[in-house]
Amino acid sequence: MATTSIKNLKEFSTTNDRFEGAHTLCPGCAHSMIVRELMNCTDDNLVIGSNTGCLEVSTAVYPFTSWDTSWIHIGFENAASAISGAEAMHKARKKKGTLKDNDASVKFVAFGGDGSTFDIGFQWLSGAIERGHDFTYICLDNENYANTGGQRSSATPIGSTTSTAQAGTHSYGKKEKKKDIVAIMAAHGAPYVAQLAPNKWKAMAKGFQKALETEGPCFINTVSPCCTEWRFDPKDTIGITDLATDSLMFPVYEIIDGHELNILYRPKTVIKVEEYMGAQGRYKHLFKPEYRHIIDKVQKDIDEQWDYLQRREEARI
Amino acid sequence: MAVKYDLNEREVWDGNFAASQSLRQAKVDVVAAYPITPSTPIVENYGSYVANGYVDGEFVMVESEHAAMSACVGASASGGRVSTATSSQGFALMVEVLYQASGMRLPIVLNVVNRALASPLNVRGDHSDMYLGRDSGWIQVDAFNAQEAYDLALCAFKIGENHTVRLPVMVHQDGFITSHTAQNVYPLSDEVAYDFVGDFKPVDDMLDFSRPITYGAQTEEDWHFEHKARQHKALFDSREVIDAVFAEFEKISGRAYKRVESYDMEDAEVAIVALGTTVETARVAASELRSEDGIKAGVVAIRNFRPFPFDKVREALANVKSIAVLDRSSPGGAMGAFFNEVSAAIYSTPNRPLVTNYIYGLGGRDFSIEEAKRIFKEQKENADAGHIMTDIQQFSGLRGPSLGFFKTKRG
Repeated sequence: MATTSIKNLKEFSTTNDRFEGAHTLCPGCAHSMIVRELMNCTDDNLVIGSNTGCLEVSTAVYPFTSWDTSWIHIGFENAASAISGAEAMHKARKKKGTLKDNDASVKFVAFGGDGSTFDIGFQWLSGAIERGHDFTYICLDNENYANTGGQRSSATPIGSTTSTAQAGTHSYGKKEKKKDIVAIMAAHGAPYVAQLAPNKWKAMAKGFQKALETEGPCFINTVSPCCTEWRFDPKDTIGITDLATDSLMFPVYEIIDGHELNILYRPKTVIKVEEYMGAQGRYKHLFKPEYRHIIDKVQKDIDEQWDYLQRREEARI
Repeated sequence: MAVKYDLNEREVWDGNFAASQSLRQAKVDVVAAYPITPSTPIVENYGSYVANGYVDGEFVMVESEHAAMSACVGASASGGRVSTATSSQGFALMVEVLYQASGMRLPIVLNVVNRALASPLNVRGDHSDMYLGRDSGWIQVDAFNAQEAYDLALCAFKIGENHTVRLPVMVHQDGFITSHTAQNVYPLSDEVAYDFVGDFKPVDDMLDFSRPITYGAQTEEDWHFEHKARQHKALFDSREVIDAVFAEFEKISGRAYKRVESYDMEDAEVAIVALGTTVETARVAASELRSEDGIKAGVVAIRNFRPFPFDKVREALANVKSIAVLDRSSPGGAMGAFFNEVSAAIYSTPNRPLVTNYIYGLGGRDFSIEEAKRIFKEQKENADAGHIMTDIQQFSGLRGPSLGFFKTKRG
C-alpha cells in the first residue's frame, strides 16, 4: 500500500492525478472532488468500476475517457459484481503467475450514486460485501436520480421535492425517511464502513486510505451536494456541505468491524437543520406554514440520530 | 498446481458433467455462477473440483444470475478465461448483461442448459431461453448429446478467444434430455484438451497497468451504429474461425462438426430442420422411413444457431421438395422464429421448396420417433401434391383439439 501524504491541501492537490479535469459533470458537482480525492490518496494501481449514473455518463463518452486507470462500467446496478469478478481474476492470475506484473499492488474500487446503491444495485452490493471481496465501494450520495432529471430514490430525505415525489398543493414532497445505508452496510459485518464529506477533506482522505488499506469489503457513503437538483448556486457546493455536516444532517463517522463507531467530525456549533434546508430550493416549500412540521420532524430525527451515534461511540458496542 | 483428475478412455457422463469437465480441462480462471435447474450440476460439479483441488481458478458463487454474468464481465475484462452456466429464468435475468458482454467483446463461455420460460413455471427443456439469446450478439452453438456438450464447450473457448473473433459463446444443450441423461462420452486427456484450447491471451487487460483501459463507454447516435456494425461483422466473420476450430478438433478427436449438419440429404425429397436432441430423434425416424416406406427423408440440424448459417442452410435444402421447420419455443403470436429464419434463407433459392412450421415439445413435452415420422409423411404429401396440404403452422403433440394457423392453396 502506497499512501500519499495528506498533510496539507496544497501538497495533496498535486499528488498523482489519474482523474482528468476534462469531464462533463455539472460545474459545482461534488462528485469529481470525491473521486479525485480517492484516486489521489494512493499510488497503488486502481481498478475502478462505476454504476450507470452522473459520474459514468460524464467521464467515458466515446472516444474520450477521464480515467487514467483501469475502469469498467456495465450497467446501473452491477459495478460491485464487476469489481468482484475483477478482484477474483486478479487472485486467480496472481496465483497462476499470468499477470503482466505479478508484484504490482492493486486496489479495487466501485463507485455508485445513491440510486444505484440504495435502490437498483442494492442486492449486487450486498452480495459483494457478503462474499468478502477485497474492495471499497463508494456511494456518491446526492439523494436523488440526478442523471435522469431528479427523481426520488430511497436516499431522498423526507420533505425534499423531486420530479417523482413532488411538492404541490397536496404534497410536501417525499413522504418517507431516507434509508440508513451506513447501518445496513455495518450490519453486513464489513470491516470498515464510513460516512464522509468532501468539505472535511482530510477526514475523507484518511477514511479512503483506511478503506483501501483494510483487507475485505469496505463501504463509504459520501455526501455529494448536487447544485442542479438541490437547487443552489454552483459556487456554494462546499458551503452547502458545511451546512450539511454542521447541522448533523450528514454526520461524519466510521464503524469498524460492524461495532466500533467513531465520530470523525464534531461541529463546534451545531446549526439548526432549517438553516441547511433554507439554503436549497428543494426544501423551499417546507417553509410554508402548512409544511413546517416536516422541518420539525427532520430536526427531531437528526437530534435522535446524533444522540444514538454518540452513545454508540461511547459504548464501543 | 491442480490435482490430477483420472479419466477413463470412455466415461459415462450426463451433459452437465460433460460441460463441467470441459471447464476443468480448459483451466478456467474465474467461474462466477448462480445455480438454477437443470444447469445446477455444472456448477456443483465444478464446486467439487474446487473443494478437492482439481482446479486452480477462482469460484465465485454470487447472489443472482445477473450478478453472475456481471462478475464474468468484470473478470473477463481483467484478462483471463471465464465461464459460467445457467438456464431459463436465470438466463432471462442475465439478458441485460449478455448484451453488455458481447458489446465489450469479452470471450466468456456460457453453458446454457435449455429450459422453458415461465409462466407457467416449468423446469423441463425447450428452446425459449436459447431463442431469447438470439439477438444478444453471442455466438451460439448447440449440442445434441453429452459428448457434444463436452466437445463444443472446449471448442467454444478456442472460437471466442480467437483474436479476430473476441466474442462470447453460448454452448446449448437440452435440459434433462441431455443434461441429466448419462451417456458414453469419450473425453480427451487433460493435456490434449488444454493444448487444443491453449493459453488465454488477453486483449485490453484491465490488470495491465502499463496501458489503462476504459470498458463500457457511452456512445450515442454519433458512434453507436458503427460499434454495433463492427460487432455484427465480427459475428459473421467468425464463421471461418468456427470452421477452422472444428477442423482442428476433428484432428485430435476424430469427431467432425459442421455449422450445419446434414443427414441423408443427398437425395432427400423431404426434410426436417431442427435443433437439439430432436435432431437425433428425427434422424432415426428418417432412417426408418427410408426402409419402411421408401420415403426419401433427411434431416438438417443447425449446429451454429448464431451466426445463423444462412448460406449453409440454403445449400443444405437446395434440392428438397418439402420442409418441416421445428420450433421448440412458444412463438408468441408469430410464425416460429426458426421457421422464419430458415424460410428467409430458402426464399432466394431457385427451387424454393415448400416449408411448414411445427411448434412442438414445449415445456419438455416428449417428441417421439412416431411424431417425427408423421411430420415426414405430411411433407411427403405436400411434395406429391406440389403445395402445402396442412396449416402452415401446426402445434404438434398438443393435447385436446388440434391447433394450426394459415392455409395456402399454393406453396
